Amino acid sequence: MNAELEELYQQVILDHSRRPRNVGEIPGVPKIHGDNPSCGDEIDLTVKFSPEGGVEDVKFTGQGCAISQASASLMTMKLKGKPRAEAEAMLQSFHDLVTIEVAEPPKMLGDLRLMAGVRKFPQRVKCAMLAWRAFEQALRDSGEGSVTTEEA
Amino acid sequence: MPGVALAPGTVSPWAPVSLSATHTPDWTALRRDFPILDQEVNGHPLVYLDNAASSQKPRAVIETLCRYYERDNANVHRGLHELSNRATDAFEAARAKVATYLGAASPEEIIFTRGTTEGINLVAQAWGGKFVGVGDAILLTEMEHHSNLVPWQLLAAKTGAKLRFVPVLEDGTLDLASLDTLLTPEVKIFAFTHISNSLGTINPVAELCRRARAVGAVSLVDGAQSAGHVPVNVQELGCDFYAFSGHKMCAPTGSGALYGRAAVLETTPPWHGGGEMIVSVTYETSTFKPAPHRFEAGTPNVADAVGLGAAIDYLEAIGRANIAAHDEGLALLAARRLAELPGIRIFGPREHRGGLVGFAAEWAHPHDLTTYANEYGIALRGGHHCNQPLMRKLRVPGTNRASFYFYNYEGEVDRLLEVLTAAHRFFTR
Repeated sequence: MNAELEELYQQVILDHSRRPRNVGEIPGVPKIHGDNPSCGDEIDLTVKFSPEGGVEDVKFTGQGCAISQASASLMTMKLKGKPRAEAEAMLQSFHDLVTIEVAEPPKMLGDLRLMAGVRKFPQRVKCAMLAWRAFEQALRDSGEGSVTTEEA
Repeated sequence: MPGVALAPGTVSPWAPVSLSATHTPDWTALRRDFPILDQEVNGHPLVYLDNAASSQKPRAVIETLCRYYERDNANVHRGLHELSNRATDAFEAARAKVATYLGAASPEEIIFTRGTTEGINLVAQAWGGKFVGVGDAILLTEMEHHSNLVPWQLLAAKTGAKLRFVPVLEDGTLDLASLDTLLTPEVKIFAFTHISNSLGTINPVAELCRRARAVGAVSLVDGAQSAGHVPVNVQELGCDFYAFSGHKMCAPTGSGALYGRAAVLETTPPWHGGGEMIVSVTYETSTFKPAPHRFEAGTPNVADAVGLGAAIDYLEAIGRANIAAHDEGLALLAARRLAELPGIRIFGPREHRGGLVGFAAEWAHPHDLTTYANEYGIALRGGHHCNQPLMRKLRVPGTNRASFYFYNYEGEVDRLLEVLTAAHRFFTR
């Protein structure tokens, strides 16, 4: 069996792709649409921020490959209830995790560390980052918007 | 086919009907003409099944490019020196080869392009810009590649013409009955693919062209998947335009041509302006050469056109009827074998099809399956294949595609099935 594939498609990741958590839409907050046009991966993300700017709730709907959907599901679980600064740090740490060699991934990433296998598959980084790009957009403007993880 | 002993004087029921069927190519020897195929990917022998996206190149074509650059390279049509003469001769000889290959009436009907996409854009903008206007219709089909859709959307937006689409039926064929209502005198051009790049459907081109002619419409055939795979004769097909890419038929990337029937090209205004395409120029105005040079502004892609000529020689020696039978055999075998896997949906016609098979696994997204196959050395395509509207209609986010050429062999279909069987276990564990 291929070790890199085993790492990319860990049981937890396959499980999240089949039964994604926090699926839905939070009413009354702007919806962020993210897609990877060349793959057809899509997600719609809704984030409810607390008055202090922390992540009170986060939900998504989407379709696409196992990596994009599992990443979105794992992200929502991790972000819920996080203060803004911590959520922002997590975004950066996750990006590092899937793009560069990290000796010891930060503990705060928890289960997200399971996504480290993506690093060996550069073409799949955009799949793993799709939900996070949408979250970045939510952080940036908390407004209706559209993101892509591909260059135009 | 195993030999059949016949009584002396008996005529074989499989007696060859044409010269091209008299020789059976040595497919194994032909495969050795492709240096790139002899390598490992991720520790496994490369199994290249992405030929509908781009084919590999035989040594004969690669060496032609080298020879051209090492001995003959210069600009064409204007130099009076030896090298320019050689380059011009080689370039025009390649044009004549394309004309013969497509069964055109003359080389003047062949315009060199960067490929199918550029050919279709030329027709949409130059011909369409003059002959399509408000109240007119452009007829396409639901199975068109984006390259035979977006250029017409741009033309429609500019002119106010309306787009119409021939529906695709469940079995992957066109709904020909709908032509009675869709193909009306408002239709100025009917543009459709010869062979679908995602379904493998072979469209009845001659009939479609005849129907277009009957209402006074011009016809354009997208030959991207047919030019290197099946015999093509534009006069027998009766089309007005036929666009194809060299890189899908053993020729270099950036080569290709557009066939235009002489009478239609004559009335088509220039597309790009520049050198090569003019007769005389003043500061205010210019006069233009006749076709094909009117449509070839600037220094053309000489070397790759010469490479395209070499690819045509190579393919003609094998015989397109032989290639078509070989590729279709592999595609039908693959479709049959894939159907043995659980949860696999196969797209396109069951019997007569081009050398490719599109499929979707309900247990793995096309990109996950493509990533998996690549780890075992298999080059598959996964995605929407530049057919986004069609994928929506088929209710899939995309499909996987295995597309074959004459250097593929049955053992590679076996290998594909072996890896996909393992993938099924892996993704459903």
